[in-house]
Amino acid sequence: METPSPEIAPQSSLIDCGGLDALIGALSAEGYTVIGPTLGDGAIVYDEIRSAVQLPAGWTETQSPGAYQLARRGDGALFGYAVGPHSWKKLLHAPVLRLWRAQRHHDGSITAQTDPPPPLRYAFIGVRSCDLHAIGIQDRVLIGGQYRDPHYAARRGGVFIVAVNCIVAGGTCFCVSMNTGPRVRRGYDLALTELIDGERHEFLVETGSTRGAAILNRIPKRPAADSDRQSASQATERAASQMGRQLDTGGIKELLLNNLEHPRWDDVAARCLACGNCTMVCPTCFCTTVEDHTDLAAGAAERIRSWDSCYTMDFSHLHGGSVRASIKSRYRQWLTHKMATWFDQFGTSGCVGCGRWITWCPVGIDLTEEVAAIRSGRRDDNG
Amino acid sequence: MPRSRRAKLAVWKFTSCDGCQLSLLDCEDELLELAREVRIANFLEATRAQLKGPYDLSLVEGSITTPADAERIRDIRRRSRALVTIGACATSGGIQALRNFKNVPEFIAAVYAKPQYISTLSTSTAIADHVPVDFELRGCPIDKRQLLEVIGAFINGRKPSIPAHSVCIACKRSGTVCVMVAKKIPCLGPITHDGCGGICPAYGRGCYGCYGPAETVNAASLANAWHAAGASKAQMHRALRSFNANAGEFRAAAEKLDEDD
Repeated sequence: METPSPEIAPQSSLIDCGGLDALIGALSAEGYTVIGPTLGDGAIVYDEIRSAVQLPAGWTETQSPGAYQLARRGDGALFGYAVGPHSWKKLLHAPVLRLWRAQRHHDGSITAQTDPPPPLRYAFIGVRSCDLHAIGIQDRVLIGGQYRDPHYAARRGGVFIVAVNCIVAGGTCFCVSMNTGPRVRRGYDLALTELIDGERHEFLVETGSTRGAAILNRIPKRPAADSDRQSASQATERAASQMGRQLDTGGIKELLLNNLEHPRWDDVAARCLACGNCTMVCPTCFCTTVEDHTDLAAGAAERIRSWDSCYTMDFSHLHGGSVRASIKSRYRQWLTHKMATWFDQFGTSGCVGCGRWITWCPVGIDLTEEVAAIRSGRRDDNG
Repeated sequence: MPRSRRAKLAVWKFTSCDGCQLSLLDCEDELLELAREVRIANFLEATRAQLKGPYDLSLVEGSITTPADAERIRDIRRRSRALVTIGACATSGGIQALRNFKNVPEFIAAVYAKPQYISTLSTSTAIADHVPVDFELRGCPIDKRQLLEVIGAFINGRKPSIPAHSVCIACKRSGTVCVMVAKKIPCLGPITHDGCGGICPAYGRGCYGCYGPAETVNAASLANAWHAAGASKAQMHRALRSFNANAGEFRAAAEKLDEDD
């Protein structure tokens, strides 16, 4: 490329690793609870960090269907990997949450109360473009309509987002196919592109909001040159060219909905464990269930909301039992919702191409392969 | 509405290690509340005092392994308004159900000096194989919070909230990184009933299947994944033949592996 990408604003800056540490410090000083990628449990997970030292310097990972393995990089890059087992929804859309509790009093009256939202403001470090799109989708689903989820709203409001443009793609990534990355476009306060080459280790910083600019003003930085913008642009383009997977999304809604009796559904059902892992790791899956509990005296009660999965029998339990008793019907429900009926419901695809669904399936079912198989042998039985 | 009288609770033991009824005594913080809400009518591990039936709720631990057991459970059922089985022994036959796949007279001859004194069945089976059961609480051992949930539900006339989904869902809710995917550790979690909250994977080990089969089991596919992770069919077979060896889907899966050999 001869000229820097016009998408990178000319007023972008450069910070070094010390500047990144200062950014984390400045966010902490502002009262944010800073969450970022860090090593834990044999993977790169999202957890609270207090310093750039806790970022997984020099680590990357290999990902393939049903397999994830940490690996060393040849350099000290802090963001030289793709997305891991966690997504930001664990913080914004709590996995387990008490909605309310109630107490029966001696005079027979009952009072109910809700817990106050956690007194936290999150700053997320290292949000990838796919996950930024996923957060946008959950915003639409959970707080964008008539019925707002106050618990999500309380956690989501005020989140400071430091996005990162991917410089490598994982073996199960396909954001290019979903048009969701790897370059972040909106929805961030600051966006970093890691520039690492020989002696050089810096980050090109783009500003996406006034509060992003305000924080950036408090840390050591220098103006970026055209050559820096060009390097950043090339790094992201390199990641775009490395996608481990691709998915032909042309007419995907009609393809799936017109092939509901395709034999491939039986084939995938023979492999699917119906364990629910895919729905849990998916950054857009939002379904929950509620359970009521009482103490032994039935004097106190509470209602707990937890992440649910369309792979459980209870999920579709109506009078008389589950209406999706077979694994086939559950897998088909999930794929067709995510890739087809999501458009009708929310105006976009439900998939952002992050690849977690493929990597974290214990038996390595690859949805890009499943869709391709249906496409190549399409029968359009319902068409 | 508040109940007019305290429910009579009985705890019964069959062939078992006592660990599950010990879970009730292990409810240290809740024991006083429990004693306020129920009358302990029969619980020999806790008290010699025994009240006559009928009992509002009987908790039954252990499997049926002798002709005398088979008689006694029918009597207990007759004297119980609700009967809940607790633990892998009572719900599937327990580890002692390994006898179901072997020659029991040979064992007796090898172990006992005077085998003629031993009166035992050739199988160890779940309570539900002998009498109607109102609810089966899984686990080896059971989880005390789940036990309190079940007791609370029965004495208050509501449905216990005990999900039958896989252990994977518990791991994911708690943020545990999948040991199969990230560490190639063979894990029974995808086909195992939740209840423990995913303890073993949280400590970097594969699930042992203590809670028996989940609501949906695709053991053949999991066996292929174990194989891909370097675990032999014999290892999978051995994993299935443990605390819940006689539980329907686990038993069938192990038998299928036998056939494939």
